[in-house]
Amino acid sequence: MADETNTKKFLYINRKAPYGTVYALESLEVVLIGAAFEQDVSVAFVDDGVFQLMSGQDTAGIGMKNFSKTYRALGDYEVRKLYVERESLAERGLVSDDLMAITYEDENEDYAEKPSIHFVDRSEMTKLISEHDVILSF
Amino acid sequence: MRFGIVVTEGPYTHQASDSAYRFTKAALEKGHEIFRVFFYNDGVNNATRFAVPPQDDRNLQVLWSELAEKHKLDLVVCIAAAPRRGILDADEAKRQGKDGNNIAPGFLISGLGQLIEAGIQSDRLVMFGD
Repeated sequence: MADETNTKKFLYINRKAPYGTVYALESLEVVLIGAAFEQDVSVAFVDDGVFQLMSGQDTAGIGMKNFSKTYRALGDYEVRKLYVERESLAERGLVSDDLMAITYEDENEDYAEKPSIHFVDRSEMTKLISEHDVILSF
Repeated sequence: MRFGIVVTEGPYTHQASDSAYRFTKAALEKGHEIFRVFFYNDGVNNATRFAVPPQDDRNLQVLWSELAEKHKLDLVVCIAAAPRRGILDADEAKRQGKDGNNIAPGFLISGLGQLIEAGIQSDRLVMFGD
């Protein structure tokens, strides 16, 4: 456990689809505010949470704000580690190509664009969770 | 140990607020420190003093307010999540042109940074939600 002066490892776990409840949107609000605190931030997508990253989201028919573009801007907030659970995708008939391409610019490699999304299986997700200091689950 | 507490559901519909209250009270009685209780998502609904549960039921807002007064607890309600759900203090009510406020004693409306700070400063951040 890090002490008060150290950086802590924050993990946000998103478990819900983006528009059926407010959890996805309000989780994203915490991630964006939290980015200013210079902690080590990762964001995980499990269960219906994988729907948050679907490409081609269109909310015109439900009268709600489409906030999906914000995920693609996470790299600008230094949030570069997004983990998607493979089993959650497969259980919902989804493949990696159904998700948005989310990248960040690596300042150590001449601002090369690199993928932010990493696909991990359930056992790796378990390990990832156990390696973090602060878990916020939405 | 120093705990941070997060409550993400409103009172009565979910058990989250009851569990968080009992955990917080028990931790304090055992001599632990509560760095802050942060109310987010529908958890902000715990902070209205206008809730009137039946007299033979527990009143969670009153329980939280009393616990806060007794232990000088920092009960923080998220300033992004609260106005969205009609939870306003006097300043916010004035700023939004509303004709009254409903924040309960002991609760303070503040930013999401207070949640992140609770994560950084606490030995354990314990979340009570759905």
